Amino acid sequence: MKLTGAQALIKSLEMEGTEVMFGLPGGAILPVYDPLIESSIRHILVRHEQGAGHMAEGYAHATGRPGVAMVTSGPAATNIVTPLCDAYLDSVPLVVITGQVPLKSIGTDAFQECDTVGITMPVTKHNWLVTDPQDIPRIVREAFHVAMTGRPGPVLVDVPKDVANQIMDWEWPDSVDLPGYKPNVKGHPKQIKDAARLMGEAKRPVIYAGGGMLKARAAEALRELAELTGIPVVTTLMARGVFPDRHELALGMPGMHGNYTAITALQRADLLIALGSRFDDRVTGKVDAFAPDAKIIHVDIDPAELGKVRRPDVPIVGDCRNVIERLVKVVETDRAKREWPDLTPWMAQVRGWQRDFPLQYEQLEDGPLKPQFCIEAICDHTPADTIVAAGVGQHQMWTSQHWRFDHPYTFVNSGGLGTMGFSIPAAIGAKVGRPERMVWSIDGDGCFQMTAQELVTASSERIPIKVGILNNAYLGMVRQWQELFYEERYSEVYLSPDLPDYVKWAEAMGCVGFRVDSPDEVVPTIEKANEIDDRPVVIDFRTDYREKVYPMVPAGASNDDVILGPEIGEGGR
Amino acid sequence: MNGQHHILSVLVENKFGVLSRVAGLFARRGYNIFSLAVSPTEDDRYSRMTILVDGESAPIEQVTKQLNKLIPVIKISELAAEDAVERELMLVTIKAGQDARSQATELAAIFEAKILDVGYEAMTLMVAGQPDKLDAMTDLLQPFGIVELQRTGRIALPKLSRQPSKLRVVAPRSA
Ligand SMILES: Cc1ncc(C[n+]2csc(CCOP(=O)(O)OP(=O)(O)O)c2C)c(N)n1
Ligand SMILES: [Mg+2]
Repeated sequence: MKLTGAQALIKSLEMEGTEVMFGLPGGAILPVYDPLIESSIRHILVRHEQGAGHMAEGYAHATGRPGVAMVTSGPAATNIVTPLCDAYLDSVPLVVITGQVPLKSIGTDAFQECDTVGITMPVTKHNWLVTDPQDIPRIVREAFHVAMTGRPGPVLVDVPKDVANQIMDWEWPDSVDLPGYKPNVKGHPKQIKDAARLMGEAKRPVIYAGGGMLKARAAEALRELAELTGIPVVTTLMARGVFPDRHELALGMPGMHGNYTAITALQRADLLIALGSRFDDRVTGKVDAFAPDAKIIHVDIDPAELGKVRRPDVPIVGDCRNVIERLVKVVETDRAKREWPDLTPWMAQVRGWQRDFPLQYEQLEDGPLKPQFCIEAICDHTPADTIVAAGVGQHQMWTSQHWRFDHPYTFVNSGGLGTMGFSIPAAIGAKVGRPERMVWSIDGDGCFQMTAQELVTASSERIPIKVGILNNAYLGMVRQWQELFYEERYSEVYLSPDLPDYVKWAEAMGCVGFRVDSPDEVVPTIEKANEIDDRPVVIDFRTDYREKVYPMVPAGASNDDVILGPEIGEGGR
Repeated sequence: MNGQHHILSVLVENKFGVLSRVAGLFARRGYNIFSLAVSPTEDDRYSRMTILVDGESAPIEQVTKQLNKLIPVIKISELAAEDAVERELMLVTIKAGQDARSQATELAAIFEAKILDVGYEAMTLMVAGQPDKLDAMTDLLQPFGIVELQRTGRIALPKLSRQPSKLRVVAPRSA
């Protein structure tokens, strides 16, 4: 069968099971947009290419399938660099197709030429420049394979316009042959035994679950391991939901804005079972002072993570789910043979911290609206499997702290890169992938202004997400640092609560807009928003700008020096 | 530079852009390269990069693990300096007019250097050998005045000894 390169590209995407793609056309990618008209693939026309990338990420986070985005060359390719980097740091499987100037024009500074492969090399797991239309099916197949296997990540395929126009002989490869790419998923049996041995000696063990656990779809295996051993579990920002918050062994989020118990349990532990986590600086604080007495079992599919930050006593290269399932078997046998230490004293200590140092805030009946109160109200008045996407800043940390995550794949956020503007497009992508679920974006006023135009996309495509803006009139997180570490010298952080008028802006974009000023309006407005299912809704929550995120471990400090914040009733709380 | 350097022998796919992937990785992660030589292999699908890495700039284990994550990297072997035969080639042009010419020739003979070219005021020598031999020769040529100098960067193979080969694969295949 003779096809053009463009037809072959679309057909290859179909062969890979692509149902939806996010994109925006332009000169160099024009040939590929033509056969899209006949394709079964749903294309969602974005208003900015960054939106396409984040939508694809949201889709991937929520579904576990690769997110696909397609944009043209030059400025469009550079517009999608941020989502690529975001996906790279959070290991999100993305396949991005970019148009490129014709082969013979490459290197001549042609119109809308940019070295897309060169620019995106450091932020993709791999990328390809197609030079022969005959290679398209093979490259697309390789691209999906690389994105989805091993440690997932973004890939990019750059397609010159003439290659898309040339004729090729269609043939779908029946396998992928990449001699330099063979992810190891199994985990070494001896290492798994050693892990069980360490676990059977520990008196103060903690499971430190990271984003890799969600990627490995290991939630059930984790629960089995925790319940079998009685070992408590912390879930990092990227792992929220992989272990239910309501579970008695759940300690919540550790790290810079983690809760006291999660932070301190890691500090005092004699064994950390690190599963798909990477000892990120936002979790460890000062590395030399992190969990000083703990031995480390570290399971990760990426061998380069083992020993990168902290040398493990038992390193295990493998897929978390596969390894944990086998570990559970070994642990069962081991526990039948010998007595494991009693964890009651350790758990008593943990319960003491939970009792003495809970997360706290105070919503006065007639006082200013507290952001935490809004988040808890949304969580309490939506179905348990609601997906929530956060932006980046204070509102993100409050969402992670105060939302109760009881299901995996319900929290979509930008952890590694911390990309403001992530939330709205990511929520749209999540809703596209999971139309039966309710999807909320909890956004900051600063973040909202970065990517709000994608609500036009959502309105026109009838993607009914809900957006709660926690409008504190500030780049709040930056303000918090200036307040605490720069002697309240506020530099360029004020945004104004009224400019823009978020309700009018929402309406102009085809959404329903609400404004909430006082605590008693919160729940009724959420309920009104939940009723609306034919268009997006935006709620402008006017929240207390003085509220800060606590606990806090200052950057570079030891996790022993966590700041709990003022007592309730003091200092604006 | 001796002592803390590691020699990595990296088999890569012979495709365009591979060198920039490898070089970019080193730059991005702050690993220092002392020298880099790329050459075709007996199999034209692959090339071999011989990379001298500064072991102080990063633990060699991280370097190899990160390198291994590059898709076109097929296999990495590490050669400890004491287990390798290393050679490097140097071309050097020195000032050597009539009165200095015979002295220069004498020195060239000691180092088994070849005289490649002779002009009225200068002369170009070629010398191959251990990197420290090249260093020594460079020092001794200084007094003549060095006009231009180029070194290839070293290439290396494992020493043949009575023990099994020291060329060992240092990192498992990666994600
Ligand atoms: C693209 C981008 N620019 C700048 C920053 C730095 N930054 C981190 S949080 C933040 C403030 C976010 O403000 P807002 O969205 O209003 O959230 P808030 O902290 O007030 O909840 C800024 C500027 C960033 N993370 N991303
Ligand atoms: Mg704000």
